[in-house]
Amino acid sequence: MSATAAVKTLTIDGLEVPINGERNLLELVRKAGIDLPTFCYHSDLSVYGACRLCLVDIAGRGIQGACSTPPEPGLKIRTQTEEIREIRKISVELLLANHERECTTCGKSAACQLQDVARKLGIQKVRFKPVHEPAPVDRSSLSLVRDPNKCVLCGDCVRFCSEIQGIGAIDFAYRGHDAAVLPAFGKDLGEGECINCGQCAAVCPTGALTPRQEIEEVWKALHDPTKTVVVQVAPAVRIAIGELFGMPPGESMRGQMVAALKRLGFDRVYDTSFSADLTVIEEANEFLGRKTKGGKLPLFTSCCPGWVKFAEQYFPELLPNLSTCKSPQQMLGALCKELLPTELGIEKKDLVVVSIMPCTAKKFEAKRPEFVKDGIAEVDHVLTTQELARMIEEAGLRFTKLAPESFDMPMGFKTGAGVIFGNSGGVSEAVLRYASEKVTGKKLVNPDIQAVRGEDGLRIVEIPVGEITLKLGIVHGLKNARTLAEKVRRGKCDLDLIEVMACPGGCIGGAGQPVSRDTDIRKLRTKGLYDVDKNMELHKSQENHFVTECYQKHLGEIGGKHAHRLLHTHYHNRRRMIGEDIALGDGPAADKVQVKVCTGTNCFVKGSQHILHNLLDQVQQKELQDKVDIRASFCFENCDHGPTVSVDGSKIHWCSPEAAQSAINQKLKDK
Amino acid sequence: MRTKPKADCNGRKFVKVFTILEKHGHKPSRLVPILQAVQEEYRYLPKEVLTYVATALDISPARVYGVATFYSHFAIEPKGKHIVRLCDGTACHVKDSIPILDAIRKRLKLEGKKTTTDDMLFTVETVACLGACGLAPVVVVNDRVHGQVTPEAGVKLVEEIIAREQS
Ligand code: SF4
Ligand code: SF4
Ligand code: FES
Ligand code: FES
Repeated sequence: MSATAAVKTLTIDGLEVPINGERNLLELVRKAGIDLPTFCYHSDLSVYGACRLCLVDIAGRGIQGACSTPPEPGLKIRTQTEEIREIRKISVELLLANHERECTTCGKSAACQLQDVARKLGIQKVRFKPVHEPAPVDRSSLSLVRDPNKCVLCGDCVRFCSEIQGIGAIDFAYRGHDAAVLPAFGKDLGEGECINCGQCAAVCPTGALTPRQEIEEVWKALHDPTKTVVVQVAPAVRIAIGELFGMPPGESMRGQMVAALKRLGFDRVYDTSFSADLTVIEEANEFLGRKTKGGKLPLFTSCCPGWVKFAEQYFPELLPNLSTCKSPQQMLGALCKELLPTELGIEKKDLVVVSIMPCTAKKFEAKRPEFVKDGIAEVDHVLTTQELARMIEEAGLRFTKLAPESFDMPMGFKTGAGVIFGNSGGVSEAVLRYASEKVTGKKLVNPDIQAVRGEDGLRIVEIPVGEITLKLGIVHGLKNARTLAEKVRRGKCDLDLIEVMACPGGCIGGAGQPVSRDTDIRKLRTKGLYDVDKNMELHKSQENHFVTECYQKHLGEIGGKHAHRLLHTHYHNRRRMIGEDIALGDGPAADKVQVKVCTGTNCFVKGSQHILHNLLDQVQQKELQDKVDIRASFCFENCDHGPTVSVDGSKIHWCSPEAAQSAINQKLKDK
Repeated sequence: MRTKPKADCNGRKFVKVFTILEKHGHKPSRLVPILQAVQEEYRYLPKEVLTYVATALDISPARVYGVATFYSHFAIEPKGKHIVRLCDGTACHVKDSIPILDAIRKRLKLEGKKTTTDDMLFTVETVACLGACGLAPVVVVNDRVHGQVTPEAGVKLVEEIIAREQS
């Protein structure tokens, strides 16, 4: 008896296709090798079913959206009919009519799905008139540019931000003709909760959301004879940049990439994997220190700037759990600015550090005030993988034909541990490779720790290390991070170490990477990085002799004073929104005591509403309206000491109604 | 002595928001009735109060804003003391309601997309059919319906209010 008898099938364009647990017809059609156009479908997100491009004709049922129809055995489906073509054309023309069709100057050109579909449908003329007035382009974010005139309202960005990142920084607003995707209250993206991950731009089919570009600034520095320009490249870039030059995903183009960077005019080409090795050593020691001396655990990793901003906004009380290690990007930047001026005999102001990252949040990170001292930033410009590819194209280099070159020493030297950083689970594995040798004193023979590898967005693993067992949490996607962080907050988490990366699959899935609709891409890139590690001589950060030398010559002790100055940082409570206070009286006056009660998320949870209510009652009962001005305020960025109340500018932490009242009474007496 | 109704009033309104939230059990699913109740207090939905509601219900401010702007019933901007509504339903449109709108807006110096006067005295809006087509064209001033209005009569309605406010 043949096993196929039990297989359920349906027919697509005359082909018999087996049904294998696919969630909808669209998945099945694509599996059958037919690429139906879509705008509002993304395999990681919920189904919206609004764009009406994925239409198919089902015998006996008529035309339906493939993305929202479950497969049923026996269905007879056609993907191309005269009617479907006509409907699709009208849909695309309607979108085009209200789209700013400036393709030649669009950041998404060549990767835009609208452009692609219009070309494939052979649309030569748009028969409809625009009904929209142009809206201003939002350039407030350090990481992204939002051009509402190119939005097709597919909502992919909205769903990613809320379903995967658990944030909801942007959402649909208004309706009908006025419908738009906007940050809260129509404010600018840079003012709100957005943590700069850029994943909304990665899923946006058009140029409505794109990574902010810094190419011009970098060319300018390269062409300025007074400047020495050095560059560092993150691990995830090398296995993805080839995609933009026709190479398969996951193929390491390290040699060609370094050659290209030298041809572009960079004076030194360094590897962020070098400082990733440094991060491993600093972070592993911080971790083991906490573990053995009873410090704050679990330790959260801190190399993802999207996660760091997220934690600052939503988990202020967990900031002491974040590793104080800077990210590898900032460590390398700090080292360059500290060491290179002397070594190269130049002034600090003439040294420009550029980094090439798979990430849009790194652009934001480089501009954090913690990383800019006396007007000099550790990292001056951050380019994405996409931007580097564009510069290579502009320079007319035939990328794949370049003779491979190698990174400059010493900061171009790394071990495999510093390379796998780009994969979700990579930081954990790198730290474990170090910790296990340090704890047991024995050589780790097989460095591969398969248990921490995987695709799931939330993984819990237990790893025996000598006498002890370490419990690790590995997450990607901030909604998953929220799940674990909530547990830690409630004291219900016995993990030792939690690795967090905002992007799907880790940095390899960053929003600065080449845009792709291939669902296997993440797997291939992940494998690409593990393969690079496998083919290397050294796999453990402690084996990086240039790092050892760096400690001897410059940094001193691991975790010591110098290391702290250059390699560690601190975090601060951050308000979710820039907003105004709510006036609850008839306004401030010079002779009034000014009271502000924080009603930000954290203080709210800790009962600030009760304080506010109480004070308002008091003012009314005692008829103090002329003497006391009360306001509800949004986050003093003191959340870990909340509830916070300020009385005439001085803040009361852990405030109670009584404490607030007595402070007010004191002020009234003084006046 | 200074009068202090405003001070009392703002504080009371905000305390009312607490009560509204409590009454609805801080349930995100009850966002629409909550917004409705808040609008009854404030006559519009102030941004800051919406942020507070978002915090209290633990939903993103962008989502609250999205819902608040979806229903045309909700107003995000404060409205004037007097509300003038012009019907632009089919019947009224056919009977030339637009020239009335233009005349009133001109008298009140409302330009472009503005619907509320700078002194917060008037908000002028159009609505789709007030169900009084027999009286077309119709103008509603503070819930009082005026039928068969001409542009001149419309302007006069507004001027009467201005005169009353100034006396
Ligand atoms: S960058 Fe990330 S956090 Fe910001 S709006 Fe886009 S998806 Fe949301
Ligand atoms: S910004 Fe992009 S992803 Fe978001 S709704 Fe508009 S077109 Fe879709
Ligand atoms: S992809 Fe199916 S309706 Fe948009
Ligand atoms: S919520 Fe940040 S200080 Fe109150």
